[in-house]
Amino acid sequence: MQWETVIGLEIHAQLATKSKIFSGSSTAFGAEPNTQANVVDLGMPGSLPVLNAEAVRLAVTFGLAINAVVNRRSIFARKNYFYPDLPKGYQISQMDLPIVARGEVHVEMDDGTHKTVGLTRAHLEEDAGKSLHEDFHNMTGIDLNRAGTPLLEIVSDPDMRSAKEAVAYAKTIHSLVRYLGMCDGNMQEGSFRVDANVSVRPKGQAEFGTRAEVKNVNSFRFLERAINFEVERQIDVLEGGGTVVQETRLYDPDRDETRSMRSKEEAHDYRYFPDPDLLPVVLGEAFIESVRAGLPELPQQKKQRFVEHYALSAYDANLLTAERELADYFENALKVAGCEPKLAANWVMGEVSAALNKAGLDIAHSPVTANMLGGLLARIADNTLSGKLAKEVFEAMWAGEGDADAIIEKKGLKQITDEGAIAAIVDAALAQFPEQVAEFRSGKDKVFGFLVGQVMKAAKGKANPAQLNAVLKQRLES
Amino acid sequence: MSSLHCKSLTELRGMLDEKQISAQELAQHFIQRIQTLDGALNSFVSVTAEQALLSAQQADRRIAAGEVNALTGIPLAHKDIFCTQGIKTSCGSRMLDNFIAPYDATVVERLQQAGTVMLGKLNMDEFAMGSTSESSFYGATKNPWDTQAVPGGSSGGSAAAIAAGLTPVATGTDTGGSIRQPAAYCGITGLKPTYGRVSRFGMIAYASSLDQGGPMARSAEDCALLLNVMAGFDPRDSTSSEQASEDYSAQLNVDLTGLKIGLPREYFGAGLDAGVAQVIEAAIAEFRKLGAEVCEVSLPNSELAIPAYYVIAPAEASSNLSRFDGVRFGHRCDAPKDLTDLYERSRAEGFGDEVKRRIMIGTYALSSGYYDAYYLKAQRVRRLIADDFQRVLSEVDVIMGPVTPSVAPNLGESLKDPVAMYLSDIYTVPVNLAGLPAISIPVGFAQGRPVGLQVIGKAFAESRLLNIAHRFQQATDWHRQIPPAFK
Repeated sequence: MQWETVIGLEIHAQLATKSKIFSGSSTAFGAEPNTQANVVDLGMPGSLPVLNAEAVRLAVTFGLAINAVVNRRSIFARKNYFYPDLPKGYQISQMDLPIVARGEVHVEMDDGTHKTVGLTRAHLEEDAGKSLHEDFHNMTGIDLNRAGTPLLEIVSDPDMRSAKEAVAYAKTIHSLVRYLGMCDGNMQEGSFRVDANVSVRPKGQAEFGTRAEVKNVNSFRFLERAINFEVERQIDVLEGGGTVVQETRLYDPDRDETRSMRSKEEAHDYRYFPDPDLLPVVLGEAFIESVRAGLPELPQQKKQRFVEHYALSAYDANLLTAERELADYFENALKVAGCEPKLAANWVMGEVSAALNKAGLDIAHSPVTANMLGGLLARIADNTLSGKLAKEVFEAMWAGEGDADAIIEKKGLKQITDEGAIAAIVDAALAQFPEQVAEFRSGKDKVFGFLVGQVMKAAKGKANPAQLNAVLKQRLES
Repeated sequence: MSSLHCKSLTELRGMLDEKQISAQELAQHFIQRIQTLDGALNSFVSVTAEQALLSAQQADRRIAAGEVNALTGIPLAHKDIFCTQGIKTSCGSRMLDNFIAPYDATVVERLQQAGTVMLGKLNMDEFAMGSTSESSFYGATKNPWDTQAVPGGSSGGSAAAIAAGLTPVATGTDTGGSIRQPAAYCGITGLKPTYGRVSRFGMIAYASSLDQGGPMARSAEDCALLLNVMAGFDPRDSTSSEQASEDYSAQLNVDLTGLKIGLPREYFGAGLDAGVAQVIEAAIAEFRKLGAEVCEVSLPNSELAIPAYYVIAPAEASSNLSRFDGVRFGHRCDAPKDLTDLYERSRAEGFGDEVKRRIMIGTYALSSGYYDAYYLKAQRVRRLIADDFQRVLSEVDVIMGPVTPSVAPNLGESLKDPVAMYLSDIYTVPVNLAGLPAISIPVGFAQGRPVGLQVIGKAFAESRLLNIAHRFQQATDWHRQIPPAFK
């Protein structure tokens, strides 16, 4: 039988606020356990939540960025369940009236095709703390530093039909939330978490199959593998005559499989009801418009502009705009260099990205700043440097030896562009290889490469290659 | 001249300022009374004698330096629902018998900054759930007028302590009548402010959308002085009102001529005890003498208030009390064998019967499949009740009626029949559902036990209510009656 995969994603994006969603405690990652938890975060008797306005602004930013419905009135609700790292015995979340309602997300696949994914909703909620099971000798430690960290839960419709589509959608959201400056997107630290609702159905069937929710996926690679495993598992179950059980499953990256965590029968009755400690969030038009006015250029707009304005290929524009910082870096270098956009694009995607990858750095921490790269590109554009010399200068800049002009000066790397000087070098070199010159003249074209190499060597790589080539040809053919 | 424990705050202020007595002597006087007399009442959970004398010393220094406000050096006590830094806050429960908050409730902080001297923490129904103060883990509080009778609840410790002259004033909280009903049973004055008027921060939540702290005292005049400090916006409580608070003493003496009083016929129906009705009618007659006009009004949805309240309040409570899980604070069972055992035994041991009953009712009302039928419907009823009040209060200035259908019952009676106890809140609960302010003032006796008159006002009309109560108290002396055993 032909099976069709149906996937919907729930993405938890941790909002980049300084303090928690309902208290003044810091949200910084990695502090000593329980040093960033005040009486509100600890759920102490009599303590009360007070909503962080910045979390609201960031959620509205997201809603406006994807043209979703931003509810002018939204309500916080309590989701009740007992767990040791949930201090109040309930999580403050949103249920009936989320801050962001229906929207659409446009996703571009690797092959250039487009896909529209419906957004069910995006709602604000607080994170729970962490239970620590190691180091406590049969006991559990609880760290409430994370309790109360603001999250935006972004819920998609079940619109994706393959793991690849799911990954492309997740990457689109990931790029978007980072563009908007609302989430640092760090999947390892859990600031961007993806849960996948996966089901399969016979191709052509209208009803959805029973779904399983796959959790604990902390990279895009694992997301693809976890979904593919889960799809295979469900097809095996169905083809073996069994039925898929509605349940939550955890992905284990070490064994590359999903395992049952709890079934629907064990599922909680969360007893949602409006939180009486918090007033409804009412947003005025002036506020919405001020947020809209502050929206940055979004990845897809930027990509289109790069194609139209810089005449870059869609592929290049895609790579350059995947991260806002990378796109800014490119544009800043280009501005300083005043060179062909394609030259700047090649350097950013080539040398710069390779060096960053090798060093394990992100663009924000590149030792070669956009200004420095721009200075280098300018010297390429005005023929001061050949491509080869430019690479040498780049390496020196990376090593912290200064900007391009200083390095060129210090190392004497300036390209020779003087016709007379180049002719002198060529003549001197040819004089040493009369046999090969004769061979060439007798029609052995192959020897040309050898002569180019010898002439370049004599020029110590500093001669402008185009000019050198021209002079050499002229001398040999005369 | 009346003895020290019968004096008004204004009289005490004068004595302190004129150095007829020091704040330390004043505190000592009340501590002594608590130590000798409270054995018969059990109105205090904790007596903080040492801290009281230290605060009194500071107050004396302020008085000597002339840095005085209305409450500097005035002794008071807090209902044990308000968190007090470094001093046990039990909420009347075994669950919090070991709980010492690392912070003060906003109400406590404000009163402390005003220079008051805290004598201790007052007994109450466990987690404010009850109308008799019998559900406390620390045992029942008794009514100073008759120690066979309950003092009412849940702020029964506050009302009993004031009536017995163990403290001049106290704080209370009111979710369904918990300030007004004990004030009525003990013959004192108690004000439930408009929802949002007094900060709930640090006040242990029972039903968050209904809970409201307020002042309790012998007189409206003293309530006003206390409210002046308690009221006002608190950035730590999102439900506290940003509307500016007032000088609640300023309007006390405004003439009542032309005051329009509405008497809801639903508050004078079959359930009302004849003796109580007679006392209430006499009080209304007094208001006529003071120049008020009286007419009959109707609050047709009143009888729905109790069922709606007993869905909404337990629903909120079931969630509010989830934090008492034995993990971070409060009672934890011995040697839990796993997480479920820790939860189940800690909560089974830590909570009393009435609390468990309400947690179960509330959990049921919020359950999947029942939510619409119970919680949502109750919220709709709440809207109807609020609309009733709004309509009537656009026609009259205030609504008057009895606080309770009968006088204080004997100890033990309510424990046998909780639903009968729930019904005794029939005149107070609708006011909480509507979020309105109401005051309970002593207006006489029936069967030898005090009777309270309830005056319900428009939102944020606390000044008006205090004015009405004060004018009545200028003309009568019911609020000056002292239980014979505590003279």
